Amino acid sequence: MDFKFSEEQEKFRQGVRDFLEEELRQGLWEPSCDAWIMGHDPEFTKRVAEKGWIGLTWPKEHGGQGRSFVDRLILTEEMLRYGAPAACHWFADRQIGGAIVHYGTDEQKKELLPLILRGEAYVGLGMSEPDAGSDLASLKTRATEDGDYFIIDGQKTWTSGGSHMNWIYLVARTDPDAPKHRGISEFFFETSLPGVTVQHIVDITGGVHFNEVFFDSVRVPKKCLIGEKNRGFYQVLNQLDYERSGMERLMANYPLFEALIQYTKETKRNGKPLSDEPIIRSKLAQLKIELEIGRLHMYRVAAVMDEGRAPNWESSMSKAYGTAFEQRLASSAIEILGLYGQLSPGSKWVPMRGMAYHSYLSSKGYSLQAGSSEVLKNILALRKLELPTQ
Amino acid sequence: MDLVLSEEQEMLKKMAHDFLTDKFPKTVVKEIEESEPGYSPESWREMAELGWMGLVFPEKYAGADMSFLDLAVLLEEMGRACLPGPYFSTVILGGLTILDAGSEEQKQEYLPKIASGEAIFTLALTESSARYDAAAIETKAAADNNAFILNGTKLFVPDAHIADYMLVIARTDEKSKGEYGTTIFIVDAKSPGISYTVLKTIANDKLCEVVFDQVSVPKENILGQLNQGWNEVQKIIQRAAVAKCCEMVGCIQQALDMTVDYAKERKQYDRPIGSFQVIQHYCVDMATDVDGTRLSTYQAAWMLSEGLPCTKEVAIAKAWAGEACQRVMALAHQIHGAIGVTIDHDLQYYTRRAKAAEVTFGDANFYREVVAQEMGL
Repeated sequence: MDFKFSEEQEKFRQGVRDFLEEELRQGLWEPSCDAWIMGHDPEFTKRVAEKGWIGLTWPKEHGGQGRSFVDRLILTEEMLRYGAPAACHWFADRQIGGAIVHYGTDEQKKELLPLILRGEAYVGLGMSEPDAGSDLASLKTRATEDGDYFIIDGQKTWTSGGSHMNWIYLVARTDPDAPKHRGISEFFFETSLPGVTVQHIVDITGGVHFNEVFFDSVRVPKKCLIGEKNRGFYQVLNQLDYERSGMERLMANYPLFEALIQYTKETKRNGKPLSDEPIIRSKLAQLKIELEIGRLHMYRVAAVMDEGRAPNWESSMSKAYGTAFEQRLASSAIEILGLYGQLSPGSKWVPMRGMAYHSYLSSKGYSLQAGSSEVLKNILALRKLELPTQ
Repeated sequence: MDLVLSEEQEMLKKMAHDFLTDKFPKTVVKEIEESEPGYSPESWREMAELGWMGLVFPEKYAGADMSFLDLAVLLEEMGRACLPGPYFSTVILGGLTILDAGSEEQKQEYLPKIASGEAIFTLALTESSARYDAAAIETKAAADNNAFILNGTKLFVPDAHIADYMLVIARTDEKSKGEYGTTIFIVDAKSPGISYTVLKTIANDKLCEVVFDQVSVPKENILGQLNQGWNEVQKIIQRAAVAKCCEMVGCIQQALDMTVDYAKERKQYDRPIGSFQVIQHYCVDMATDVDGTRLSTYQAAWMLSEGLPCTKEVAIAKAWAGEACQRVMALAHQIHGAIGVTIDHDLQYYTRRAKAAEVTFGDANFYREVVAQEMGL
């Protein structure tokens, strides 16, 4: 047992911090909550790509750095700590590249991985449908074989990254007669193909990051099929373990926490800083405790992946825990701000650029995306605790 | 970063688990809890023979030269078994303190006695204020030629009634009320002028009131430096808090295991109750709390073991463990239903110990303030 980071990892972390500090010094962006999913900044992504920080864990033969998952967690932890606008490359880096490394043909690897590594693939995740949410396997979007093509018809919704995507990762039904888990396949293709229409969905904060995507007889070349036909659902399950595994499930609104601590030190009530009040101290300390517990959960997931195992229950646990924490953080922030907490970004008198307001509303979705907390708990009950289904 | 136990630690864990399961079924735990001494001298000797008392002492003091992290593994199993008796008092509060702060002579005199199982130690720290701060220390030790004369009352002293020696924190500078002016003494527990009353507690764990009435302690029995005792007391509290967390990990892990087993077996509406999502999610909430407690506890134990500064990590571990244990036990009871609230069911041993552990060596409020300070608030 050893909880420390290696000297090299500490140096790596410092390198990431130096890079982000320099970005801030140059005023290239402002730290914000949810920047990993809402902060679309192609130039930032390009600079990250130039550092070699996309595909960090992929094998070197595929252009990656062959580094550990703990290393990647260090990188993403710092990105989130600084609230850096990493949305353009986040999905491709987190799960799509890995899936192609794992399931892709040599040709796909040669063609697609460099695209991701250069930070040019802005990927949307085409999973949920109007009638297929937690029960993903009941999806209806069809992919029908026609010569060298699949013809795709149907609709996706809550497509994360959909508003800025140029590529989509799509799960569709390729065998309507097979049991529902066994007739699904995965595709990866450019959204510039004729027949793809994106419609924005405005979320509760007023922002746009997920979308409806319609497919009207979209002709997708067969080479876009990822992995084995009709085995897509099982591939997705594996991918989801990775999708759930990251620090963005704990630190999506971390910039709010830092700003809040600063605010309580600087804001005086009856001549004394808010941070002197026992109730405020206790609330903030409790949040810090919960954050650190979450951090240990996250690093455990990375350690499991470094052992070569899919984190098939650990990431469900860390995500369910982490998103609940983020919601408590946002809620506590509004409580601490009191009447000021209701002011929205851009309003006169708004503290902390409205991060508390934004995060409070935005965090309602954290426990839904990539598996609702209830689905995650079902997974844990079956996979970890081996409780019966009937 | 490597978050798994070593092969040797796994072996120690298994050996401890097997021994404790064999020697301390709940019928025996009950008997011991109800007995006057509150421990089994026979098992005590066997544990000493297994090398458990001197696990972390260097070989030259008859120890096994293992680490605090190894000890953590053992403590977890003790918590899992609800081991009654003075192991914690003797080894964590007594032995580790002498190892850390004792002179060479003191180490040579006392550590082998602890390692062999010959001597039972305890710590007389808290008083009627029931707080873990220096201002709480009102017991006086007045210099008198080559001795100090102790007067005062200590409360919540574990196992004092069977102890051979007590480490007593007393005020040696009457003018001071703070950290300066406190001194640790090694006191022969059978000295004239010491009287004990065993308190009745939720964990049945023999916490005592100890009254010192003109008790004479030789000057050479000062542990560490005169008037500078508080520095070491803070370290005692830190080690004890982590050690308590280790026991708590074992306690709630066992409560979780029992609950999951029960949920798989117990049938209502013709199906195991563990097949109902509401029960499943309760179990998962328990497991998440157990794992969070385990991770933060072992992080703190590892840091102590490595000699790294860990004020924040210890505070996080104990604050979290205290409250997580309450949540876990509440759900364990909810899932067990009425059988779990009977005195003959094993669950109540864990419920009682978890509550006692929460308030011992700092509760969540105490440590949240420590964390607040560490955050620069």
